[in-house]
Amino acid sequence: MRRLYDFHGGVHPAQCKTQSTTTPIHFAGIPPLLILPLSQHKGSPATLRVSVGEHVKKGQLLAEASSKISASVHAPTSGEIITIEERPVAHPSGLPERCVVLRPDGKDQWGERNPRSDYITQDPATLVAQIRRAGIAGMGGAGFPSDIKLSPRQPTTTLIINGAECEPYITADDMLMRERSSELAKGIAILQHILQPQETLLGIEDNKPEALAIMQAALSNNPADVVSVPTKYPSGGKNQLVEILTGHQIPSGTRSADSGIACINVGTCVAIYHAICLDQPLISRITTVTGNTLQQPQNMDVLLGTPVQYLLEQAGHKAEQRQRLIMGGPMMGFTLASADVPVVKITNCIIAPSAKEIPEPSPAQACIRCGLCADACPATLLPQQMYWFARGREFDKLEQHQLFDCIECGACSWVCPSHIPLVQYYRAAKADIIQLREESEKAEHAKARFEARQVRLERLAAEKDAKRAARKRAAEVRAKTAQTTGDNTDPIAAAIARAKAKKAAQQQATSGTVGEAEKLESAVLSIRKRLTTAEQKLAQAQTDGSDLVAALTTGVEKTREKLAKAEQALAGYQRQNTVKNTTDDMPDPVKDAIARAKARRAAAANRTPAEKARAEINKLEQRLEKTRQKVAQSEADNEQEKVLIALRATVERLDNKIHQARSALAETESESVSK
Amino acid sequence: MSLISITSPHGHGPVSTAQIMRYVLLATVPGIVALTLFFGFGTLINILWSSVIALGCEALMLRLRHRSIGFYLSDYSALVTAVLLGIALPPGSPWWLIAVAIVFAIIVAKHLYGGLGYNPFNPAMVGYVVVLISFPMQMTHWLAPQSPGNGLGFLEALSACFIDPVADAMTMATPLDLIKQNKALLIDDLWQQSPQFGTLGGTGWEWGNAGFALGGLFLLHKKVFSWHAPVAMLVTLALMATVFYDSGSSASGGSPLFHWFSGATMLGAFFILTDPVTSAVSVKGRVLYGALIGALLYLIRVWGNYPDAVAFAVLIGNFCAPFIDHYTQPVAYGHGKRKGDV
Repeated sequence: MRRLYDFHGGVHPAQCKTQSTTTPIHFAGIPPLLILPLSQHKGSPATLRVSVGEHVKKGQLLAEASSKISASVHAPTSGEIITIEERPVAHPSGLPERCVVLRPDGKDQWGERNPRSDYITQDPATLVAQIRRAGIAGMGGAGFPSDIKLSPRQPTTTLIINGAECEPYITADDMLMRERSSELAKGIAILQHILQPQETLLGIEDNKPEALAIMQAALSNNPADVVSVPTKYPSGGKNQLVEILTGHQIPSGTRSADSGIACINVGTCVAIYHAICLDQPLISRITTVTGNTLQQPQNMDVLLGTPVQYLLEQAGHKAEQRQRLIMGGPMMGFTLASADVPVVKITNCIIAPSAKEIPEPSPAQACIRCGLCADACPATLLPQQMYWFARGREFDKLEQHQLFDCIECGACSWVCPSHIPLVQYYRAAKADIIQLREESEKAEHAKARFEARQVRLERLAAEKDAKRAARKRAAEVRAKTAQTTGDNTDPIAAAIARAKAKKAAQQQATSGTVGEAEKLESAVLSIRKRLTTAEQKLAQAQTDGSDLVAALTTGVEKTREKLAKAEQALAGYQRQNTVKNTTDDMPDPVKDAIARAKARRAAAANRTPAEKARAEINKLEQRLEKTRQKVAQSEADNEQEKVLIALRATVERLDNKIHQARSALAETESESVSK
Repeated sequence: MSLISITSPHGHGPVSTAQIMRYVLLATVPGIVALTLFFGFGTLINILWSSVIALGCEALMLRLRHRSIGFYLSDYSALVTAVLLGIALPPGSPWWLIAVAIVFAIIVAKHLYGGLGYNPFNPAMVGYVVVLISFPMQMTHWLAPQSPGNGLGFLEALSACFIDPVADAMTMATPLDLIKQNKALLIDDLWQQSPQFGTLGGTGWEWGNAGFALGGLFLLHKKVFSWHAPVAMLVTLALMATVFYDSGSSASGGSPLFHWFSGATMLGAFFILTDPVTSAVSVKGRVLYGALIGALLYLIRVWGNYPDAVAFAVLIGNFCAPFIDHYTQPVAYGHGKRKGDV
């Protein structure tokens, strides 16, 4: 027998586990919609890799790990991405998060997979990279990306496989060990290959005799030790399990990996086996669906993204008037604000208790400092003291009492005879302290920036002064030399003279030929503009049957005359100049183009709206044709995906425009016919 | 289906504050029975009268503080204070003495400090000390112990409390007093000369103490408190008595067993020291707190001016509790020395 150690505190809540272990794990099926949050793990949300309307295969990458601590998300079944939007997700805050919504096509068609059994010949780094690609994150509830845990900086001495499952109600790991022991054993072997630990320990609470026996048999050819640990909440907490099995406490503020210990949940082990040997990413998990409002509490194999409501219906849920829905265990789980939230990678349990089973909390009485909480605290804190400090917002004292070592296991609240929601006080205090820290950091930053700016301004002012002084000195020197050489020219008078000469040259240039042409052209343009507005007004008046039609018609005619005059003047001037220019210049293609454009515009001004529309359509069609040719060309040339997408988008846009223009034309034509 | 939002943990252990207080009340029964056997119904009258006043004061203060009277009365804390004070006061005390003690205990020591949980001093002991200092005459005279069943009858006790004070002839110096005043006799001689002495401590008192010790063991079994403070107190008291026993000479302070089974030792150890509100919180802190009170108890008993000293020792211990807490904060998980570290 292996020597076991005890951890401080702990509680023994009623187990409530047997009701969900009567039936084997049951595949929950494919729901009508799958909702896949981009953030189902600790760390940054994954980056989207699909777009709306796309059809995806089962196992296809939907979103990719975006940073070191992040995990990819894959399609749990084949189907179509119908939308990508914010939806309520499984989070205590109840805030919505970005989700990919997948409508399964029912075919459940896998994408390409490369199953392999030769992992033993592979480099651990390659395997870890594959685990990262498979989007595996701790499935015991923490959701920490597994690839980080599997690439420690220090060699691993002890690999701990966590099958304790200490929370009441949850039996997902228990059933997994019972039914998938060989997969779990293979997963453990892969981890041993990657980490090369000196010893491997599988810790299982002694309230799971079946799982203990089955795992002992499954690991008979493996050096791993199956260890039965006494049932006491929270023995399945990482820190507590490490202490039970090794007698070692992970120093505060460090990761277990820094002590040469890796702690991996049994569900994660099986997911790793699937990822390496079957090339299946993490797309489903085992979830316990239990509670007294369900006719058949059970464990289900659930596709990630399956709405909770779908599972409740399968288990025969009879909702109570005021229903509590808990995701996770009763000690650390949180209540759901909606039954539409999806199952994610960390969802090990859903509890739908009756009000009798888990009654609403009694009102809190005064703390009598009985110390039951301190006796129950697995982190050896003094919850009753921290409660006073939290109420008094004495943050220094809270930190001095190691508030941040609180794992929020809920043991203190559970034992509190005065029913004080202690954990809630600590959560709030932690959030407050973190916010204060951030604010003071910001203030520090702002202060540093302000000081840097002051320094910079002072430096600039000093430089300016220095330059000014230098100039002054130079001038003095010049004055002196002038005096000594006998040159009497006043430097100021000379400068004024230079400025005057410059101005005169500019005036000459503007009053020259270029200026005249520009003036005439702008006159033509402005008159043309006026004409267009006048015409529009007239048209409006005509359709409205207004009294102003006559007045407006004369206005338009007058403006037309003016325009003709101005155009004549411009043309006359241009003729003169062109004659002049052609004598000494070669034909200018740019000017020709401008002239052509002007002519076109002039012609267009006189066309009816229908004609204009037709011309527009013609032009668009030409552009469309050209773009289509480009697309074909690019496809033939194997251009980059991005370019192709852009070109296709252009084609689509042009198509749309032409369609719009055609319908507009049809309208105007029908109007004119009716007139 | 409307979903409710409640933070974890969902569900709760079986213990409640009212349950703890009920256990404490239940645990006083053996001691009360013993005291009643030897000293008559005075103790019971004390308890009844003090309970009435305590509940009245509590309700009044809750009303003045705009708190829910029913909700807070049902935590039984006022009743516990009243019962403990009723036991501690001499049987047959006049009604006004009890009233003064309770008013001070509940109104001043408890509610003026903010109510249950906020009081730095044990309310029962504050009430006791107030009347002890103010009315030393009434407080230092205990009824003489009688053979079992021959104590003050119910009506006699009632009359002693409300109409006709107990005659001086019926009272006697307590054994603790005798030991303190003794300057000439060896302990053994003193023991034989005075009828107040029994087998272990004072006649009657030894049974009362045994009763309270029994109740204390019941509370320990029910995990109402941890063993640290009471055991530390009793051990320290015994150690002090052993060191200063002086082989039973006329200067002796009395044997360890005598000290354990005289006065309010067991009541103090299991019912007063263990008041969680006013004691130290950590395990180490409770050991220190108990030891401090044990030492003070002996010092005041033997060399102080008062015959018994549980109240004073406990109040001084209450003073020191926050200080003890400051220096005995337990080492949190992951903050200790690592295994193998030098």
